[in-house]
Amino acid sequence: MNPVSYVRAADAGAAVAMGAAAGTRYLGGGTNLVDLMRENVEAPSSLVDVCGLSAAIEDTPEGGLLIGGAARNSALAGHPAVRARFPLLSRAILAGASGQIRNMATVGGNILQRTRCTYFYDDAARCNKRAPGAGCDAIDGFNRIHAILGASSACVATHPSDMCVALAALDAEVMLSGPEGERRLPFEAVHRLPDGQPDRDTTLLPGELITAVRLPPLAAARRSAYRKVRDRASYAFALVSLAAAVELDAAGRLAEVRLALGGVAHKPWRARAAEAVLRGQVPDEIRLKEAAAAELAQASPLRDNGFKLVMVERLIVAVLSDLVAGNAGAAA
Amino acid sequence: MSLLDTVRDAAGRLTGHPEPGAVPDPLIGKPGAIGRSLPRIDGPRKVRGAARFAAEVPADGLLYAAVAYSAIARGRIAFLDTTAAERAPGVVLVMDHRNAPRLKPPALFMTKPQAAGASDLPIMQDDSIHWNGEAVAVVLAHTQEQAEHAAALVRATYEEAPATLDFEAAKRRSRHPDSVMGEKPVLEQGDAERALADAPVSVDLIFRTPRHSHAAIEPHAVTAWWEDGALVLHDATQVLNGVRWTLADMFGIAEDRVRVLSPFVGGGFGGKGSLWSHQVLAAAAAKLAGRPVRLNLSREGVFRLAGGRTPTEQRVALGAREDGTLLSLIHTGCVAMTPHNNCPEQFTFPARHLYRADAIRLEQSVADMDMLANTFMRAPGESVGTFALECALDELAEKLSLDPIELRRRLEPERDPTSGHEFSSRHLLRCFEMGAERFGWHRRAPTPGTRREGEWQIGLGVATATYPYQRMPGGAARIVLNRDGRAVVSMASHEMGMGTATAQSQAAADRLGLPVEDVTFEYGDTSLPAGTIAGGSSQTASIAAAVAAAAAVLATELLKLAGNDSPLAGLGVDEVEMRDGGIGAREQPDRHERYDSILRRAGRDELVADAKAPPPRELKRWSMHSFGAQFCEVRVSAVTGEVRVSRFLGAFDCGRILNPRTAASQFRGGIIMGLGLALTEETQFDPRSGRIMNPSLAEYHVPVHMDVPPIEVVWTEQPDPRAPLGARGIGEIGITGVGAAVANAVYNATGRRIRDLPITPDKLL
Repeated sequence: MNPVSYVRAADAGAAVAMGAAAGTRYLGGGTNLVDLMRENVEAPSSLVDVCGLSAAIEDTPEGGLLIGGAARNSALAGHPAVRARFPLLSRAILAGASGQIRNMATVGGNILQRTRCTYFYDDAARCNKRAPGAGCDAIDGFNRIHAILGASSACVATHPSDMCVALAALDAEVMLSGPEGERRLPFEAVHRLPDGQPDRDTTLLPGELITAVRLPPLAAARRSAYRKVRDRASYAFALVSLAAAVELDAAGRLAEVRLALGGVAHKPWRARAAEAVLRGQVPDEIRLKEAAAAELAQASPLRDNGFKLVMVERLIVAVLSDLVAGNAGAAA
Repeated sequence: MSLLDTVRDAAGRLTGHPEPGAVPDPLIGKPGAIGRSLPRIDGPRKVRGAARFAAEVPADGLLYAAVAYSAIARGRIAFLDTTAAERAPGVVLVMDHRNAPRLKPPALFMTKPQAAGASDLPIMQDDSIHWNGEAVAVVLAHTQEQAEHAAALVRATYEEAPATLDFEAAKRRSRHPDSVMGEKPVLEQGDAERALADAPVSVDLIFRTPRHSHAAIEPHAVTAWWEDGALVLHDATQVLNGVRWTLADMFGIAEDRVRVLSPFVGGGFGGKGSLWSHQVLAAAAAKLAGRPVRLNLSREGVFRLAGGRTPTEQRVALGAREDGTLLSLIHTGCVAMTPHNNCPEQFTFPARHLYRADAIRLEQSVADMDMLANTFMRAPGESVGTFALECALDELAEKLSLDPIELRRRLEPERDPTSGHEFSSRHLLRCFEMGAERFGWHRRAPTPGTRREGEWQIGLGVATATYPYQRMPGGAARIVLNRDGRAVVSMASHEMGMGTATAQSQAAADRLGLPVEDVTFEYGDTSLPAGTIAGGSSQTASIAAAVAAAAAVLATELLKLAGNDSPLAGLGVDEVEMRDGGIGAREQPDRHERYDSILRRAGRDELVADAKAPPPRELKRWSMHSFGAQFCEVRVSAVTGEVRVSRFLGAFDCGRILNPRTAASQFRGGIIMGLGLALTEETQFDPRSGRIMNPSLAEYHVPVHMDVPPIEVVWTEQPDPRAPLGARGIGEIGITGVGAAVANAVYNATGRRIRDLPITPDKLL
């Protein structure tokens, strides 16, 4: 780890004033950034600690929630309003990391966590995300955990967050503050596909800080689930995960359906093609398989991860069937 | 074996029984401290944080070390730039092959009685590179953070040489090792291939197990310094005397100029059973700097510098009559190894001793690769060997329409199937009976894939567990009897968290006829009488034999001291026993004198008895093995392929259990490690670079709490009449058979046979 200067920001304005300087990074719970600094993947010269900024979780006038960027993952997962009105978000957070890590990790930091690609972590390996232009050792290497959707010839990494998969399904908005002022981004526009620039995980501008996440009201979220498939029962990143929310009309058709996938792409993957197949339809098994097929039409598996296509289909069928039948998401 | 026959048979001479094991240990069946669930003696200190581990030993002027690792597998360092590292804040010096002290290569384990080298490669003596991750430089700084920062600034360029990094390719040039832990690599009885071809029922299967890395909670660590040309090394080791001897040999100093201390080890599992490069590098750096050095490996460092279990490819072929009896048993295969170590993962060992078969063929090959030396990892060989053998047996049972337990009953041998020796004690079938009853084996559906709750498919599996009894030569013990009748028993042995100090205090108390409170067991320091490796589940018996020998010497000395004014007058050592805090005549309850009385009358403050253990000749005369039956229930998601172990039971036959509390913990720990072997653990060795790609506990998946179900352990409690205390070791058997029990349960749940570990969800989709 490089020597680094550290300062705690009193408020967002002060943070942004300091955060724009070259070599500066915002520090949340440190559960990912500090690891990466120890691994010599990240080498900031100064850290601006933003844990003292808003961690409030408040109702919005329109019936949604406004979540401060410094809210801890544990606090968000356990918040009564989240558990009652957005249970998939609570479940997604609790499916991630460990209790200790969730107690430290912030919402803003979780959104910005970086891939778990093992070639990204090892500075003896080639990685375009870590060192642009170096090449990618994952494409022909161990790529069981890598992307099947939206990857490029430069990068096949996946985004590791569980929370973000739920936020993608919920049409969240991210509130940003930066040197050029404040703006909001739809959640789907925060993370990007790798294309030729896998070193850029997000569309955030230099010095921009996540100050809050806004959840719009969503009736369907009350009938929602998050299911994660992983190699051990806890403390493992998703092979594939699915956030789903549905609302049925009187005839048993899907008046609303939200689907997002984790572990399949460089970003939390909103499954809009599958949603389009299902919206207004009775979600029987044939229809659900059609939806999965539509979403996976562009999938291109690597040497080790073809199983993810099967897993995605199985999850879509099982989770939505359970939701339609009125069961909470099936878990082990 | 030349190692075995060097030590005088002290106990035999004194007791009139020259052959170890010829007469059962008199402590067998005698009530006392043995068998009581005493809490761990080291527990309170560990809970309070007062137990000092190797990385916590303070030293004046201590420097902290960090390692820079090679990025290629084979070749030489073309250019090594340490200038930035040397200029970094807090750095005192950078050691590399150009300035490291000149050292002999480590003597490889088993090449000399005390040799403990995990490999015999020179350590930082030239510019050559032998595995990806080898240390190329060690940075010493005032803080750990400064050292790690500077280590990241070391720049190396390499001239790469062709390397063998692909197990598949290496297998094509496989060879027989000189020996497989002292056994021949090929064993043939009859024409097993012919018998297989002619058998009415047969299976012929290939099994694969991956690389595993050690993941003890305490990363390997040393704190080392030199005093007037003598080395003091606080280490986390399972082989104190081996580390001492090998380091002395490397540095060219007398053995008594090296002192190794290791009072607490945060888990070993075989990973700390050798001398690795980091201990040598710390001692060399301390010499170069002239100051104490602490080298506490990072988790990545453990993966790069300390080896693990090697991958195996195994063939098991069984040819049977219609009644299940075996015409042919074939177990062959290949493992990855290196030309610079000798650890061929003895996967054929279970098949040598478990089942009756008319013809047997066992063969082990090794494929040389350019990699970190592989090493012992809990039940090396037996862990992965039982996976293949016991899965194959399950497949054969199904073909025969026999219950898997019934098949094993029909294969029970009268004598050891390959050595022909009498078993010292064997109650394998009793384990199956006990386990089947307690586990509810009758609830197993004979047809796979037929029990289901919602999406969860439920299955039961069973497998045999086995591990040899071993006792290492070369151990010695000292008993110091004090004037107040208390005893201090000492031996340079090891406490890695399994309860050595506790169980040995109990055993020594019974041996000396003292309450356990009056016995102190000292260990973990080479200034004590020589210990043996805490490995191969051998330490309990090795210590017990040495303490018994020392007790016999003590008894002789006490009789001399007692003289003619004692009720013991005229008794010979073979006529007395140690009981009730003193010495008494056998079968004469009234003829007795207490230790304190004898010492006071003789005007002595203390009496010291030293003795070496007799060589383990019992191993040559009897087939001595522990056995067990592992029962597993799994739930497999029909949606995701995820496997959840919902219940587990191990029934064990390991002789006498010294301390049920610590024993149960050892058995459970072994089973949990077996769950990792079955379901989650795999070291990713990139065949393009030879690099281990998942050197962290986030990506190398050991089981977490949620992966571990309630585990019941039971035992037969049948003392082994040929083993000291009647006890065989228990540290390793717990992991054996677990992989097969899980895989067989997965088959019973799903109808899918998974023959390559780990059984990850993708394999069951």
